[in-house]
Amino acid sequence: MSDTAPKQTPARRRFLAQGAAAAAGILTGSGTPERGRADEAAPPAIPDWTKTPGADVGSRTYGQPSRFESGLIRNVPKGLKQYISASSRTPLQDLDGILTPNGLFYERHHGGIPDIDPARHRLLVHGLVETPLTLTLDDIRRFPSESHIHFLECSGNPGFEAIRAGRTASDLVGLVSCAEWTGVRLATVLREAGLKPDARWVVAEGADAAAMTRSIPIEKCLDDALLVYSQNGERLRPQQGYPLRVLLPGFEGNMSVKWLRRLNVTAEPAFSREETAKYTDLMPDGTARQFTFVMEAKSVITRPSGTQRITPGFHEITGLAWTGRGKIRGVQVSVDSGKTWQDAALQEPVLTRALTRFRLPWTWDGQPTTIASRAIDETGYVQPSFGDLTSVRGLNSFYHNNAVVPWRIAASGEVANGYA
Amino acid sequence: MATLKARALAGAAFLFGIAGAADAAERFGIGRPATEAEIAAWNIDIDRDGRKLPPGSGSVAQGRAVFEAQCASCHGTRGEGGTGEKLVGGQGTLASAKPIKTVGSFWPYAPTLFDYIRRAMPLNAPQSLGDAEVYAVSAYILHLNGLVSDGATLDAKSLAAIRMPNRDGFVSDPRPDVKP
Repeated sequence: MSDTAPKQTPARRRFLAQGAAAAAGILTGSGTPERGRADEAAPPAIPDWTKTPGADVGSRTYGQPSRFESGLIRNVPKGLKQYISASSRTPLQDLDGILTPNGLFYERHHGGIPDIDPARHRLLVHGLVETPLTLTLDDIRRFPSESHIHFLECSGNPGFEAIRAGRTASDLVGLVSCAEWTGVRLATVLREAGLKPDARWVVAEGADAAAMTRSIPIEKCLDDALLVYSQNGERLRPQQGYPLRVLLPGFEGNMSVKWLRRLNVTAEPAFSREETAKYTDLMPDGTARQFTFVMEAKSVITRPSGTQRITPGFHEITGLAWTGRGKIRGVQVSVDSGKTWQDAALQEPVLTRALTRFRLPWTWDGQPTTIASRAIDETGYVQPSFGDLTSVRGLNSFYHNNAVVPWRIAASGEVANGYA
Repeated sequence: MATLKARALAGAAFLFGIAGAADAAERFGIGRPATEAEIAAWNIDIDRDGRKLPPGSGSVAQGRAVFEAQCASCHGTRGEGGTGEKLVGGQGTLASAKPIKTVGSFWPYAPTLFDYIRRAMPLNAPQSLGDAEVYAVSAYILHLNGLVSDGATLDAKSLAAIRMPNRDGFVSDPRPDVKP
């Protein structure tokens, strides 16, 4: 928090205002301390915040949410063995729209969050290039820039074994977020160095303590891959790779290497630990799928969702859908435990490889039921049920679980994980 | 704008018959050429064939000492796991209901072990081990998995020559694989 205003001014002003309000209450015989503030704020009363000036302009030089929203925070798992290589989740169930606030964007770090001085950071481009280059951040910002809205999703969102344990939408699929990214096309930087004819892969490496290393196929590098320095209009946050990261729209999040320091153009993949021992999908026959890059179509209802409570009557069902293969064509919602499905409305704009908000008006009759959503993308691919998915891949593939998420609604109105 | 410029220069290249000038036309003249020394210092990725493995060597015995000092507090004295991952065992379990993925059971290429340890381990002090120590601790982990003998010493050539049990265990991505 960066509150750089004179320290006592707002607090002092509030103290005086509250004192004045209390004095007014005594004089008029109304407003005892026992009475709730809601009463004092509702008509016919005039709320305190209307009767006294608010905080000074510039009293927070970097704005923060209202103090009444202090519970809206990242979902950080408790009791992990260590937090250097771990993840935190976006609180999807408490957000609206499709853009994730930068402070709530999900995190997955493998060697902690580095504290990088952009003036001293360098990007090295070498390997199968005509001219190996050293680039500063100022250099990179001189290239022609582009901005695009894309989701980013961890490939283990969630692991197959974790699907019964999660309680909230965030617990289950909170390793997805969406932002407007600004940077330069990776192709532009690679062409600046000049690709040699046998260039087939680009090995991207982070400057973090994990020196995260992933190999990117040259086709993706020359397509929509970006080198990003800004997110939702401001410089990347340290958690998202400040000052420079890769962004591969639609590919598993781990490949969008953060804190990027090096691009090595090669003929073959690096076969790094993160593309052999990790981020490969173990099948029931003991083989493991490798280079499983695309995140397939997926959706989740964020309201009503796990741990919320509803009452009989009208509710807007809303949630998010996305696909690494392009645009969401439609989202179907079932409110009768999967017996029937109906089309939800999609909020425009529906963007390529971005979160898409869907909505369906619904009146709950008070009877126990299960609600769920399934996404269909522009290739015609339909988000599978957990049963259909695991009948092919078993329960040990860990990554790329894009199964339908059912929410069970009890007669009490309590909403719970339909897998639990 | 870049496209227009590229087109204009590509046109010029056509007129003057300059081969390869179209590529050059997309360049902006941003950045500076990297020196050999800069590249050598950061060029640490080791491919599956170990072609960029550095000079030096390390023995299983040396690796045991390095492991006990640097690794055992997280991975256990014999790589059985702790706050860090289990590194040993699990061979033959990959097709079972409870697969155990370790260096010995799952990793397909031995040079990757050198790459990963050198770049990222130990977790609290990455890139602090010398190349000889990385060879040694790689040798010790491979020995714990029964893949090299107690008396082994590994260098670039011998590490790259190790055939890992799960070398052929990986397949390409067949998705979409689930029909509705």
